[in-house]
Amino acid sequence: MSLPAFAELLERLLFTPGRNAKLALLKRWFATQPDPDRGVALAAIAGELRFSTAKPSLVRELVATRVDPVLLAWSHDYVGDLAETVALIWPEPDSRPNRPPPDLSEVVETLELLPKSEVPARMAEWLDVLDAGGRLALIKLVTGGLRVGASARLARQALADWSGHPVEEVEEVWHGVPPPYLPLFRWLEGKGPRPDPRDAPVFRSPMLAQPLEAPDIAALDHTAFRAEWKWDGVRVQAAAGPGGRRLWSRTGEDMSAAFPEVVEAMDFHAVVDGELLVMREGGVVAPFADLQQRLNRKVVGPKLLRDHPTGLRLYDLLFENGEDLRPLPYDTRRERLEAWFARVKPERMDLSPQIAFASLEQLTGLREGARAAGIEGLMLKRGDAPYVAGRPKGLWWKWKRAPLSIDAVLMYAQRGHGKRSSTYSDYTFGLWRPDGQGGEELVPVGKAYSGYTDQELVWLDRWIRNHTLSRFGPVREVEKELVLEIVFDAAQRSGRHKSGVALRFPRIARLRADKPAAEADRLETLMAMLEEGRE
Amino acid sequence: MPPPHPDTWIRVTPQGLYCEPGDFFIDPMAGAPRAIISHGHSDHARPDHGAVLATPETLAIMTARLGEGRAGRSQQALAYHAPITVGGVRVTLVPAGHVLGSAQVVLEWQGSRIVVSGDYKRQPDPTCAPFEPVPCDVFVTEATFALPVFRHPPAAQEVRRLLESVALFPERAHLVGCYALGKCQRLIALLREAGWDRPIYLHGAQQSMCALYERFGIPMGELRPVPRPEKRGATVLAGELVLAPPSAEANPWARRLADPVTAVASGWMRVRQRAKARGVELPLIVSDHVDWDDLLASIAEVGAPEVWVTHGREEALIHALAGRGVRGRALHLLGREEEESGEAALDLASAAVGAEDAA
Repeated sequence: MSLPAFAELLERLLFTPGRNAKLALLKRWFATQPDPDRGVALAAIAGELRFSTAKPSLVRELVATRVDPVLLAWSHDYVGDLAETVALIWPEPDSRPNRPPPDLSEVVETLELLPKSEVPARMAEWLDVLDAGGRLALIKLVTGGLRVGASARLARQALADWSGHPVEEVEEVWHGVPPPYLPLFRWLEGKGPRPDPRDAPVFRSPMLAQPLEAPDIAALDHTAFRAEWKWDGVRVQAAAGPGGRRLWSRTGEDMSAAFPEVVEAMDFHAVVDGELLVMREGGVVAPFADLQQRLNRKVVGPKLLRDHPTGLRLYDLLFENGEDLRPLPYDTRRERLEAWFARVKPERMDLSPQIAFASLEQLTGLREGARAAGIEGLMLKRGDAPYVAGRPKGLWWKWKRAPLSIDAVLMYAQRGHGKRSSTYSDYTFGLWRPDGQGGEELVPVGKAYSGYTDQELVWLDRWIRNHTLSRFGPVREVEKELVLEIVFDAAQRSGRHKSGVALRFPRIARLRADKPAAEADRLETLMAMLEEGRE
Repeated sequence: MPPPHPDTWIRVTPQGLYCEPGDFFIDPMAGAPRAIISHGHSDHARPDHGAVLATPETLAIMTARLGEGRAGRSQQALAYHAPITVGGVRVTLVPAGHVLGSAQVVLEWQGSRIVVSGDYKRQPDPTCAPFEPVPCDVFVTEATFALPVFRHPPAAQEVRRLLESVALFPERAHLVGCYALGKCQRLIALLREAGWDRPIYLHGAQQSMCALYERFGIPMGELRPVPRPEKRGATVLAGELVLAPPSAEANPWARRLADPVTAVASGWMRVRQRAKARGVELPLIVSDHVDWDDLLASIAEVGAPEVWVTHGREEALIHALAGRGVRGRALHLLGREEEESGEAALDLASAAVGAEDAA
């Protein structure tokens, strides 16, 4: 299949807001495209294609040979994105050369084999036969960074939906098969055996917990459960062995490059489940905001490594020397984890302790006291439960500590996307502080787009339309009159916010139309809730 | 004696272009004593002039949009290619290919000729007469899409993409944002040419111009108003096409449509981030303005040694013309809107929706 078909897919993925519609587009792609092109496209979407000979600078140099530099600069200013500017501005020959556009796989093979000096000429030949969409697809393909709103995880879900296999199975196989994934497609279409990852450090779908709600608490047989703290970091899976080492996120993204110190410490042949945390001396857990400095980085400098060192707090042992422990009960796995840890003593890791308790009342008390930094609440795990991928009911519970709350004033509202594109559904709210001239001003402290009921959403939308002060594209500034009760899990110091504070998981608990805006909370009230690193 | 240069008898004023020997303005801001109007869009055809000269179609559009009494105290219709003389200046209206009735205003005085093109395009449009190049000493042009990144694909191709999307999502309505004058009727005509013979549903703001086009003999096929759902909370028009003003999808009015795919037909849709920022799901690159290539080709065709640029990206156009030996001059005319660019369109849509919902 040729590049234009891939361009059409990217175009639709970019502009389609809904997850289900994106899945439908990907499923249709897998069902209708031939090998190896469907796999090449999949690799591009999953961010698994890399070319050493084609870089953004090549594209910049190439277009400079064809376009007036002044017009190019103005166009780049206007469009913003270089790849898109080049795709749009590339002069089209008066008559298209009488050659078919290249196949996806042809592009990939050529770029892998061609000497670097010949790449620009070949790129120019391809650009000459493509239209604007095709040119953009080609440039994005070879320089990386598709950014079409479809992740590797979404692609795996689409593979699962299309083939009828559970997504967990697809994920286990995925990282053991390189692009263009021919054995994977053969297996998914029932034409070949399940690819065996052997010792490759593949991702295994993690076991997730259900939130514990009031009715569940009453029915809980506490003697069957073990308790641990729910740490406020990033859940990860560390897989290491003769086949390599990988640090996986909960959704199967490879985080290895961002946390080299952890990967270095993974000097074992096992798969462990744990929480990635910034850990100060003596195992003190830093607030989540500190960890945030380390997330979403391709490379990490020495200063960050020194100031924000990370480590793992271990919850579970999934594999030991190639043996799959997941069918074993939690209690057995815990014993194996403790024994393994005592023997291997991995650097930068410790065990998440189990918390002794004798009654439900005692557990409730522990949860309510859980206000220390780095703790989100409690985890309850059944002692006899195997490690099951996904979110099975009744085996693991997460019992978050009670949220904090403030009364804030609605300042701005933004329209949502997809089904909510006609509704103002995202709200920026603020608190009062002195304006430095003897008066008071509102400073924005956060943004919430959940927590309300459908009726409340309708009411809010109408209120916003009737109280608009000004508009900036999809955003409206409203009269500072409506008080919202906001609940959130924690408040943390932030240099990136004007107010100096960032909220974790803010959502709207209640509309307080009864309360005058002047009686909303002040910033200092929120500052008093700030969570500091524990000394 | 050589003919006088147009800048000796055409002046740029805050009201717009003024022809001194003829004592009239072209597309002036509101309230000029004598005005020649190139076409019916509101940034060119403003209310409350004294005497108005325009094509019969443009006069009808002005009367329909501005209301009886505000579309000029007196109106004079002038057909294409039927020159008249005003104060010694020969005035001819020549098709501009922009919308129904759109005209280039060709002015000749003492052997010198200036063409004020208004807005124009070169792509075929079944709803209006095509642009005709007129050789001249000065060509006056807009520069809305005057960057080489703007190239409009054939409109028929974009309409095909729209129909492919309708086939792909039969359970959803397709809501196409488009200008009520020109773009809307062109899309309908192109849809009919592409074989879409089902009824096309119109937002209230689109209906009167469609009716006017039909009165001038341009067939639109079956058009219907967008119905209200029979039950509260139900939705309508799955698998159907709805044409509405740009940004109508942001209004509560749109909630009656079945999970609408929001499309917008505009030259700006060429730039993906611009489309994405507006939340457009299906951008359609359909414009009634010239793109970069057609702009330069048109200027070459009329052969003018000098080009005056009314508004838009004049610096890019003037830079490109300099490289071709053509002198460019920026006029910075006031009050010209960029096509579908601003909140103006949104406000227009809100007003129209409000009026309809109140009715």
